[in-house]
Amino acid sequence: MRVRSKRYHQLAAAAAAAAVLPLVLPSEYAIHLAVVIGINAIVALGLNLLMGYAGQVSLGQAAFVGIGAYASAILSVKAGLSPWIGLAAGAALGGLTAAVVGGPLLKLRGHYLAMGTLGFGMIVQIVMVQWEDLTEGTIGVMGIPPFSVAGLALDSELRMYYLVAASAVLAIALAGNVIDSRVGRAMRAVHGSEVAAATSGVDTARYKLQVFIMSGAMAGFAGSLHAHHAAYVHPDSFGFHYSIQLVVMVVLGGMASIWGAVFGAGAVTLIGEQLRSFQEFSTIIFGAVLVAVMVFMPAGLWRGSADLIGRLLGSRGAGGRRRA
Amino acid sequence: MKSSTRLLGVLGIVVVAMLCAAGCGEKPAEPVMVPGVEPPTGPPYVIGAMFAITGDASSLGMPERDTAEMLEKMINEAGGINGRPLEIVIEDTKGEPAETLKAAKRLVEGSDVLAIVGPSRTGTTMAVIEYMEKVEVPLVSCAAGVPIVEPVKKWIFKTPQTDRMAIEKIIEYLKEKKITRIASLSDNTGFGKSGRREIAALMPAAGLKVVTLEEYGPKDTTMEIQLTKIKGTKAQAVVCWGTPPGPAIVAKNMRQLGVSIPLICSHGVANETFLKIAGEAANGAVLPAGRLIVVDQISPDDPQLSLLEDYAERYRAHTGKSPDTFGGHAWDAVELVVKALEEVGEDRAQIRDMIEKTTGFVGTGGVFNYSAEDHNGLTKDAFVMVEIVDGKWKLAK
Amino acid sequence: MPACGGRTLYAMTLPTGAQLLQYLISGLTLGSVYGMIALGFTLIHNATGIVNFAQGEFVAFGALIALSCSEAGLPMPLAVLTAMAAMTLLGAALERAAIRPARGASVITLIIITIGASILLRGIAMWQWGPDALPMRHFSSEDPIHLGPASILRQHLWIMGIVVATMLGLWLLAERTQVGKAMRACAVDREAAQLVGIPAARMVMLSFALSGMLGGLAGSIVAPLSMGQYNMGIMLGLKGFCAAILGGIGNAPGAVLGGLLLGILESLGAGLCSGMKDAVAFGIMLMVLLVRPTGLLGRRAGRGEAVG
Repeated sequence: MRVRSKRYHQLAAAAAAAAVLPLVLPSEYAIHLAVVIGINAIVALGLNLLMGYAGQVSLGQAAFVGIGAYASAILSVKAGLSPWIGLAAGAALGGLTAAVVGGPLLKLRGHYLAMGTLGFGMIVQIVMVQWEDLTEGTIGVMGIPPFSVAGLALDSELRMYYLVAASAVLAIALAGNVIDSRVGRAMRAVHGSEVAAATSGVDTARYKLQVFIMSGAMAGFAGSLHAHHAAYVHPDSFGFHYSIQLVVMVVLGGMASIWGAVFGAGAVTLIGEQLRSFQEFSTIIFGAVLVAVMVFMPAGLWRGSADLIGRLLGSRGAGGRRRA
Repeated sequence: MKSSTRLLGVLGIVVVAMLCAAGCGEKPAEPVMVPGVEPPTGPPYVIGAMFAITGDASSLGMPERDTAEMLEKMINEAGGINGRPLEIVIEDTKGEPAETLKAAKRLVEGSDVLAIVGPSRTGTTMAVIEYMEKVEVPLVSCAAGVPIVEPVKKWIFKTPQTDRMAIEKIIEYLKEKKITRIASLSDNTGFGKSGRREIAALMPAAGLKVVTLEEYGPKDTTMEIQLTKIKGTKAQAVVCWGTPPGPAIVAKNMRQLGVSIPLICSHGVANETFLKIAGEAANGAVLPAGRLIVVDQISPDDPQLSLLEDYAERYRAHTGKSPDTFGGHAWDAVELVVKALEEVGEDRAQIRDMIEKTTGFVGTGGVFNYSAEDHNGLTKDAFVMVEIVDGKWKLAK
Repeated sequence: MPACGGRTLYAMTLPTGAQLLQYLISGLTLGSVYGMIALGFTLIHNATGIVNFAQGEFVAFGALIALSCSEAGLPMPLAVLTAMAAMTLLGAALERAAIRPARGASVITLIIITIGASILLRGIAMWQWGPDALPMRHFSSEDPIHLGPASILRQHLWIMGIVVATMLGLWLLAERTQVGKAMRACAVDREAAQLVGIPAARMVMLSFALSGMLGGLAGSIVAPLSMGQYNMGIMLGLKGFCAAILGGIGNAPGAVLGGLLLGILESLGAGLCSGMKDAVAFGIMLMVLLVRPTGLLGRRAGRGEAVG
């Protein structure tokens, strides 16, 4: 119970911080970045449940984001339905796809699963490019309408920010609940040793599939948010490159840590921003930074900086104590 | 619990600081000192440029970026615009739609630009159209796709010739050569896909038979399979739509497989890279291209002649490389905005109106005549048919 | 599902016998290259349990170095050897600079390090060689050899021959040398190998060096066909990884078999419907994995079961 109450404290603090964040951000652009981070964070949270807790890697997560984004885009632009229906459909379709492919795919282990999900992601992207009647192929779907609440269109960065921030906080709460639940305990057992978990009566296959479906639904949900935020979807946004970026977010932030996933999403986006002005050298620097962080903080930024800050703050106090 | 909450606070502050830093665009000032000319004074005219400097389309974005930088320097050395300096803020789109939207927002909100030049690709242009229309900032795209300007969008213009014009020009050529059955072979990027669509639509309408529509990936190492299939059809020519290296591999594979029908390429290969990597295999290939690559052969009274010579010479001096069609698109786009700036000064709406009214503007891509119905300003006559003879561009008769 | 050809429907065509022969030749060449790249994945996987995402960049660097050397006037064998030597060093350097300092980190952390390295290397390649594709001469004449209705290039024969020779070389290394036996021991059980006095850390470095060398060789032999470009490694690396998995990761003959199978699948897929060829290849790979979850020749339980 202590763990749970601590989680609620942190969640309340995060929600409060998210609520006041736009007040201190200097520009629309900074809020735009915050929205992008929020959307990525939702995907990363789902992926982190899968990777960090259930120990299953996915190199095809971008496909679920793409499925959500295209579901929303097509329903709202071509069928003229409300974006909210698109959002629900995006999440549902993401989860449903995960349920369908997860059954067979999750029979694979380790690197085989990585390749399986990667192949799935590639196929989904090829379909987005080739199924022009539905997806408009490489032209992309334009003019995706914004959400609206009681007649108020969420067409400014600020309004969109509050929707995304609320979604992200909900996603964090959801992930926290999953981890504290029976499923979460079972998942950790699966991660520790699948064989041991199975022999002690845990239905590993079912739990893995549940988490996979959940991560797919969260990705689809985020994809829908992306579609209505960017007002445009294109197959290039949902390829292998983005899948890799998502895995980087999770590991860079710190696996098996909810805040790690959120921080990873923020870190990847913001490091990218800082490097923009280097133009063609930005890729070199980004690669070097990524290597350096993982070498020096193998458990990710979240735990890594906790250690670092602990050492910085603690060294004075601890030093004194040692002398005493 | 304490330490992790404290950590949350510290990291939170770091993130806010980084968001703030990212949100405040820095503006590098570039004073240019040149003897002889009155240096420009006063606040600069700021325009934005966004190109695919990194990512898969960097072979387009790099020459565009170099050209924009060159023009900025050149204009300021010549006294600026109406005595005021020109500043071009350049952003990288990474060739990716979401990054392009970010770049556009940075330019508009961070640098308060009067107009934007770029981006390099059709997909990335489509990604920002909605936003540009909303904030009412003119955009002059350097991408080829027809959907950018059809239907016309109030604030969106483009300088490159479209693939539709290229295919119209090719149809003209095919009819002249009495070729009636063609095989299409295109890459599966936005460029190749757009060409493929136009081929499938325009060629049958013009009475040509498209016997097959094949595709390849831009990073494929061989197109032997697709060409073997084409060899088995009754096609009389291969129309290949893509940017290097793909078409060069196609040319080589055709030699290897003994596919002896003519190879017709897109304007996407009108650069030195293609000649260099295709080598001997490129000989005999035909393509529609802007006049830039055959500047030494066009008639002396061609209106573009002096401009093309000027661009080629300056680009060589600036980068040490051969002049580039893609760079030319950026030249046209920047010049178009600069011309409007000279007339109307700092007013986005008036700049837009001015661009729309531009007629007889001589650029590297052709002579542009914009209007309320036409935001590209070119016709298929912006192209000439060029044949590759002995590894050199030759104007086809 | 999209019909072959998107909006304009074109019937899928079945190949004739002559076409099939050509598809097979292309597929085998392509597959040999994939197999060679897959071997690089295999070596590093066996020593460390990780998938080296920079393997594709090893290939790209190999291609770019070889073509630059050849351009500078070095005779072809020397150009290829230079590329291989340079990549051997680069592989070892990567291990020393980024993998060894992170020793003890989880498999997934090490994989992310290789992803970072691949981004870094790609950036360096673009900076050094520019964004455009560059040509490379064939090893011998470019005139095709006609085999009845099909044709084959001398470069194709070079590729297949070099892959066979490489496999033979690796087999001899593994079976007949002390070092090879030590590497195999480490692959089976690292701790146990260390206990009997095998310097496991050095074996890891050796595996990176050898992988670099194989990447350099793969790049050199494919560049005359594909041209060299800074970002060519992404797709080739992916296909190589796919081949390694298809064959059963960690299994050298499996890697080559997986490569050949993937090459032929891609080739036949293109013959059927070229727009969907990669989807066909990946789709069949998935089906193979569902029937044989550890690849064609894979061990019963793969290493690196969990990512954490």
